[in-house]
Amino acid sequence: MPPHGYSPSGAVLNEWARGDLAVTGQMQLFGRFLVRLMTTAITLLGVAVIVFVVIRVVPGNPIAMMLPPGATEADIATLTALYGLDKSIFQQFVIWAGGVLQGDFGMSITTRQPVLALVMGRLPATLELSVMALVMAVFLGGAAALGGTLRRGTRTEGAIDVGAGMALSVPDFLWGLVLILIFGVLWPVFHISGRVTPSLDLPFSSNFYLFESLLRFRFDLWADIVSHMFLPALALAIPLAAIIAQLLKQSLKETMHLDYVTLARTKGYSEIHVITREALPNAILPTLTLVGVQFTFLIGGTVIIERLFSYEGLGNMAIDAVINRDLPLIQGIVILFAVIFTGVNLLVDLSYALLNPRLRHG
Amino acid sequence: MAEGRGQITRRAGLRLWLAGLWLTALVLAALLAPWIAPKDPLAQDLFLGRLPPFWVAGAEPGFLLGTDSLGRDVLSRILYGARIALVVAVVAGSLTCLIGATLGLLAGFLRGWVDTVISRLIEIWMAFPPVLFSILLIAVIGPGLSSIIIAIVVIDWTRFARVVRAEAMAQGAMDYVASAQVAGRRRGSTMWVEILPNVLPTIVVLLTLEMGIAVIVEAILSFVNLSISTDDPTWGGMIAEGRSSIHHAWWVIVFPLITLFLTVLSFSQLGEGLKDRFDPVLR
Repeated sequence: MPPHGYSPSGAVLNEWARGDLAVTGQMQLFGRFLVRLMTTAITLLGVAVIVFVVIRVVPGNPIAMMLPPGATEADIATLTALYGLDKSIFQQFVIWAGGVLQGDFGMSITTRQPVLALVMGRLPATLELSVMALVMAVFLGGAAALGGTLRRGTRTEGAIDVGAGMALSVPDFLWGLVLILIFGVLWPVFHISGRVTPSLDLPFSSNFYLFESLLRFRFDLWADIVSHMFLPALALAIPLAAIIAQLLKQSLKETMHLDYVTLARTKGYSEIHVITREALPNAILPTLTLVGVQFTFLIGGTVIIERLFSYEGLGNMAIDAVINRDLPLIQGIVILFAVIFTGVNLLVDLSYALLNPRLRHG
Repeated sequence: MAEGRGQITRRAGLRLWLAGLWLTALVLAALLAPWIAPKDPLAQDLFLGRLPPFWVAGAEPGFLLGTDSLGRDVLSRILYGARIALVVAVVAGSLTCLIGATLGLLAGFLRGWVDTVISRLIEIWMAFPPVLFSILLIAVIGPGLSSIIIAIVVIDWTRFARVVRAEAMAQGAMDYVASAQVAGRRRGSTMWVEILPNVLPTIVVLLTLEMGIAVIVEAILSFVNLSISTDDPTWGGMIAEGRSSIHHAWWVIVFPLITLFLTVLSFSQLGEGLKDRFDPVLR
């Protein structure tokens, strides 16, 4: 749902739950999964068709833009034919889709490099940012939920509620700007632009800088990368953290009233033990499902957040591609995002089925 | 518990009032901008560039919140920017609501192939990164106020359709709908007369939230420099300008950012407040 606003609807959640509980048994589960795979394929095809048609309506000839002024009509025609832009949209789509199925996403018009290589070069940066944001959201939201449950009925819980409400009301883009002002300008402790300090010598052989710097024990580089990544990741994490805090706290409070929790308390376990060891395992399932779905929204948010923080990821490259009318690159990036979104949703469904005991033993 | 309930409604009431107050002030500012704005929002004067706000040394009288790098008055641009923000909020919000809620109602109540088609469309739409999709659409249809509105409607209708579909489905399973059918009401008429009024509170809440989202989308598109012409005063455009001069002239970004922040917060608090009001458990 982002870039902006996350509001999980109770009705929607209930509907999922009903749909899932209606099916029992391993075979039916497997059949259901096959159906999900099919609909995912249809979704991806739909995305491909829409983006293909939409960007071919873009005014401005990308071929004329890439040639130096003074190019002849013949030059333009040759290059147009080279990129296949002289054929009908349907023919172009068939050729392109055929290439994609073999892993060939075409050539970028502005950089004249294979789209797949460009996109894969940037994907690690976006993945690291998204996962970092997810970890921060789980940590912040989880801490708030546990704290709120521990201090339920007090002013602390009220403050957590108000804070979560505020955090949820304002989208990542605005949090990013606020963070830039506070921690980039007013009290400049973090970098506000880029992925790593440009003057540093990078010994990396992959583009997973954060991960590889740890593997190579280069903690100096790791600290520099984290200092660049911290604010954009936090901006992405704040709304999700609020959702986790609200939903997990609600489930925890409901679980705290159950008999087995009371039993644990009468056995003399400490309140923290009761919450984390007894209540949490039972209360966490709805939150897990929601986090999975919301994670796709968080990934969608990276597009504008990367732009805001000049972070060299996929989203920043996508906006450049749109501005430069780089049709093959736009197609490639949109398809990749769609694959990630539908893939995450598929995993969420699958893990929900595996984690939910009622579905496991049908 | 009774006391807790009173507390919740009181807090919700306060939220509603504060949000309403800010939005009313904004509407007034937008309507009265030509009369209350101290300067022409487009007037440039390079000799008056980057003047600080009135309480900082070096300020010029008449430029209360300072000027940007081209010497344009920040306060006047914020006031005029409210016009664009509110037009986008109201027009884009209402159109999105109309289209999305109608499709959701049809899918949720009629079920069958209508539901299959609409649900598939929603699934495809959800697989697009929304910000990228809107930037792409603006690149295709060209910049301008109407393009922004079109982009918001095209992208955000699923927000209404998903929720309204689920609600309509839940309502459709209830006894009163069955009785209406038994009493001989036609299906189409049942949908509008029986289901819609029961889904309406949800739609109103979603509409309020959508207005805040529309304001943000406009700001994001202005920020990426794809919105309206760069001269026109938009909050997002001002923020983009302020972002580049953030170390020399903080006021260029801070004041439009505060305005945008409070506006988005107000729409969302209004929506949440209305949700509490409509919730029969709390009432």
